[in-house]
Amino acid sequence: MKLKAMLIASAMAFVPVTAMAADLTIGFSQIGSESGWRAAETTVTKQEAEKRGIDLKFADAQQKQENQIKAIRSFIAQGVDAILLAPVVATGWDEVLEEAKDTEIPVILLDRTVDAPDDLYMTAVTSDLVHEGEVAGQWLVDETAGEKCDIVELQGTTGSSPAIDRKKGFEQAISGHDNLEIVRSQTGDFTRSQGKVVMESFLKALGGDNICALYAHNDDMAVGAIQAIKEAGLKPGEDIKIVSIDSVPDIHLAMAKGEANATIELTPNMAGPALDALEAYLADGTMPPKWIQTESKLYTLEDDNQAVYEEKKDLGY
Amino acid sequence: MASTQSPVLECKGISKFFPGAIALDAVDLKLYPGEVHALLGENGAGKSTLIKCLTGAYRRDGGMILLDGEEVSPRSTQDSQKLGIGTVYQEVNLLPNLTIAENLFLGRQPMRGGFIAQRKMHAMAKDLLAEFGLKVNPAEPLETYSVAVQQVVAIARAVELSGKVLILDEPTASLDRDEVQLVFSVIEKLKARGLAIVFITHFLDQVFEISDRATVLRNGRVIGTRELAGTTQTDIVTLMLGRQLEDRIHDRAPSEAGDTLIELKNFGRRGVMEPFDLTVRKGEVVGLAGLLGSGRTETSNLIFGAIHADQGEALLEGQRISLKSPRDAIGHRFALCPEDRKNDGIVGDLSVRENIILALQARQGWFRPLPKAKINELAEAYVKALDIRLASLDMPIRLLSGGNQQKVLLARWLATNPSFLILDEPTRGIDVGAHAEIIALIERLREDGMALLVASSELEELVAYSTRVIVLRDRRQVRELKGDEITTANIVTAIADEQMAEAV
Amino acid sequence: MASQVHSTMKRIMPQLIILIAVLFLNFLVFPDFFRIEFQNGRLFGNLIDVLNRGAPTALLCIGMTLVIATKGIDLSVGAVMAIAGATAASIVVDGHSWQTALLGALAVGALCGFWNGFLVAYLRIQPIVATLVLMVAGRGIAQLITEGTILTFLNPGLIHLGAGTMVGVPTPIVIWVLLGLIVTAVVRKTALGMLIEAIGINESSSRLAGINSRVLIVCVYLISGFCAALAGVIVAADIKGADANNAGLWLELDAILAVVIGGNSLLGGRFSILASLLGALIIQSVNSVILLSGLPPEFNLVIKALLIIAILVIQSPTVKHALYILRASAEPTPPAPAPVQEVKEGTQ
Repeated sequence: MKLKAMLIASAMAFVPVTAMAADLTIGFSQIGSESGWRAAETTVTKQEAEKRGIDLKFADAQQKQENQIKAIRSFIAQGVDAILLAPVVATGWDEVLEEAKDTEIPVILLDRTVDAPDDLYMTAVTSDLVHEGEVAGQWLVDETAGEKCDIVELQGTTGSSPAIDRKKGFEQAISGHDNLEIVRSQTGDFTRSQGKVVMESFLKALGGDNICALYAHNDDMAVGAIQAIKEAGLKPGEDIKIVSIDSVPDIHLAMAKGEANATIELTPNMAGPALDALEAYLADGTMPPKWIQTESKLYTLEDDNQAVYEEKKDLGY
Repeated sequence: MASTQSPVLECKGISKFFPGAIALDAVDLKLYPGEVHALLGENGAGKSTLIKCLTGAYRRDGGMILLDGEEVSPRSTQDSQKLGIGTVYQEVNLLPNLTIAENLFLGRQPMRGGFIAQRKMHAMAKDLLAEFGLKVNPAEPLETYSVAVQQVVAIARAVELSGKVLILDEPTASLDRDEVQLVFSVIEKLKARGLAIVFITHFLDQVFEISDRATVLRNGRVIGTRELAGTTQTDIVTLMLGRQLEDRIHDRAPSEAGDTLIELKNFGRRGVMEPFDLTVRKGEVVGLAGLLGSGRTETSNLIFGAIHADQGEALLEGQRISLKSPRDAIGHRFALCPEDRKNDGIVGDLSVRENIILALQARQGWFRPLPKAKINELAEAYVKALDIRLASLDMPIRLLSGGNQQKVLLARWLATNPSFLILDEPTRGIDVGAHAEIIALIERLREDGMALLVASSELEELVAYSTRVIVLRDRRQVRELKGDEITTANIVTAIADEQMAEAV
Repeated sequence: MASQVHSTMKRIMPQLIILIAVLFLNFLVFPDFFRIEFQNGRLFGNLIDVLNRGAPTALLCIGMTLVIATKGIDLSVGAVMAIAGATAASIVVDGHSWQTALLGALAVGALCGFWNGFLVAYLRIQPIVATLVLMVAGRGIAQLITEGTILTFLNPGLIHLGAGTMVGVPTPIVIWVLLGLIVTAVVRKTALGMLIEAIGINESSSRLAGINSRVLIVCVYLISGFCAALAGVIVAADIKGADANNAGLWLELDAILAVVIGGNSLLGGRFSILASLLGALIIQSVNSVILLSGLPPEFNLVIKALLIIAILVIQSPTVKHALYILRASAEPTPPAPAPVQEVKEGTQ
């Protein structure tokens, strides 16, 4: 502990000098373009850096850890002031994080964490998947207000951590409310087309009139399900209430038309809180907590969804 | 000599029925120790069925098998092997990627401490093969050796496992002359050891060369058994076919051929065939003679465009033509029946009907299909004209016998109405009846004015139908024989002379 | 003519029986399975869903059957679907008509097929390797076109291809049935089918018989690319968006499986498009059983694997032979070997 304090002290001694000497230079190692959300995260991170006058060095790892390690080493060699890392996998980071620590460059993890001693990075900015599920469940609890409601669930890819956690959170929120029951649950693989296919089978198996609400682990599946509901001659949003997670532009478009009811934002703005923490640290040495949880904001029909759509549609989703 | 002993194997009244057919009808057969017994008959006569009943591959429906005077009933080929009856087939059924020693001792390798005693096994293999006069490295994979060596290894394995009766089912079908001698020397050694050997083949010359007695089957019945010492080939063929064959060598039509059809000048390809000149006229059969590897097949393939010539020119009726691919050649109404019928000729799973029209359809293009009626008319006409024996035009061609497959291939090309027909080993591996028919067909086509080029290793055959014979050696033309010069003796001399000249 | 119908029926009988069995299984888990209603101007029911959702696999397996008949394989079809969907979406998003988008996507698909065929026929690269190139690279190309997002569109003409109906029948069903009929007619009414089979059985013999094998091989890969493009457009139209990451993902394997369940040999030769299409429907019916059963999704892959294994085992030559023996020995007459052996006898 002593040693750590000393290290921080010495870091404090040097870093502010460089920060004052020139604008901040920060390296960002991104996973790659695996999804629309990922693309939006990249866009927002670049915007946040520009807003603060930070020189952002961006490296796309194309889904490969070795590329990320290479990028971090090159950031270290260039002597950047801090490194943002969205790790592609959880393990295998110890060595390169040690190297960063040795050169006293703080590392902030975005969106995912790693299996490494937590003194090897400054903080991790992530959302809480279980909490997202809870917000969705709580919305439905409030919306139904005790009325009986049979729910169908579109799960994410079987076995993936978002699917497990978002299911868990939702179930926690609705437990104890006997009016709410999940009557069917099947995977839609997080994709629009599977969401549509599986919703079709729900509608046939249960009958559209017997489904009161749909909970989808992501918005893409909800968008697919909305089409299935329309093709079955029902009104999504009215006949079947729809709540999903992520807050991608297309779900806001649907909400603007009243075809979906609620979405919980998985914000692509992980860089904002990260850079806030970094600036506070550089200014007066405030150590951020090891985990910064992003806000899981609930959007409902009361929000101006058309405006949210316009705002988000160019982020690269 | 043999009849004074008691037989090692005796079949009494063996019968086998297939639905709607009697495959074997009370067949008797006696095998004496130390004799080579040829089993002869046209395709479908019942040779294979009899062998399969003996080895337990089929269950016989009647009769008994006596081995050393005791009745046996092998239920599988392994069973018969244990009893002492070993079999070697034309297609060597060993494992080509294993070593020779492993193939010999597979399943009964000498062991030491739970491991295969490699060195001991190699020594044993070497000794074993030395007995057969074969000097090879037993540690090499089997596939690195020729088919003949593989055949001998198969025989050695069979003899080691069994040791009383050895059945050789067409062991020499894919061997050349020297290789046949190797296999024959092995057979002689086994004969001296007192084994009874059954020899099945289509080559009558080989039968007379190696066998003591022959049993002829026809339509599932034994027609007769002969001591070969006092018998002629004609006698045997007569037994097999049930009719007197016309004399196979007859008066050759005068070699007054028609106009020049095709002329090749300085035609060849580096590393494949030395450049050569060749002229073929209408109504003429040009024979290509030579040892294996002398360039017979290469010449055929070059002219047909299957191998792309890199020098020389080709003239068709005086006009320069390009022969870059079989399609080019077919466009000029050339046709080629290739040597390797199975790999380059038939399309095994397609029906006989489809095989017959294949070349004609390919020439017409896929978007102009032949009308169904026309297809049937063509197929039926050729089946009749060439006497192709089949159950149905819809059956896959691979189920036909070799001779019938060859006739279908001839039909395929005749259907394209070719002006120039190249035949590469047209009678290889086919039975006597089909053999004679194909030779007659060649004559008929020549009389009709077609130009033919026939490559063959059967010298008598070449002599019978050729109007000219070109002798090849080491991928070069060495001699051309015309008219009365065409005799087997002269062809052999032409090959041999050249060899002597080379040696000097 | 009658004999032709008879032989076709004989060929597809195993597939028909299996399809009926799997459909019956659907009925067991969901008694209303066979009910079809006319609702909102369209046919509505689980059976319709099987036909509709089976469309991508059915379209893919038409081309795949021909490719496999030439002893080839096309691993790139899933990626080509993504490329074609992305192409169609980007064309309508740029404000062009759906006809332009469809033609553009089909042209791109055909081009992809041509590329595969060129690698296989002219450069003599093994089909599995040649098509792997596009399988890996294709999704990247699609992502470049969509710029990594789900490219959403609202063009009603294009959407109609995936989500619309024609006289009450969902458009994808009409498309795959029509294309299946057209391709079958083309290969069977011309000599194309026979020549393709000849190449697959024995390319050397075919070439020496004067068949232009290279051109025909390019041709089958081109058809496969075309079918994949059509499937890609339908999948994109179905969700009103081109999803470069997920469209057609792993569908090449379903297509190959459909061809295999259809009783076509992966070693090339004789083929039946009709049987492959039944294979595609069998796969979709299996998917339907899983969805209708209501079991937790952890069971999905296990159930699918068990059913597919059962189907393939029933079709395996060993089991077929055993069934034959069983039937033969049930009869009073002594067991006779298969008639094939009698004919074969002559060749030895």
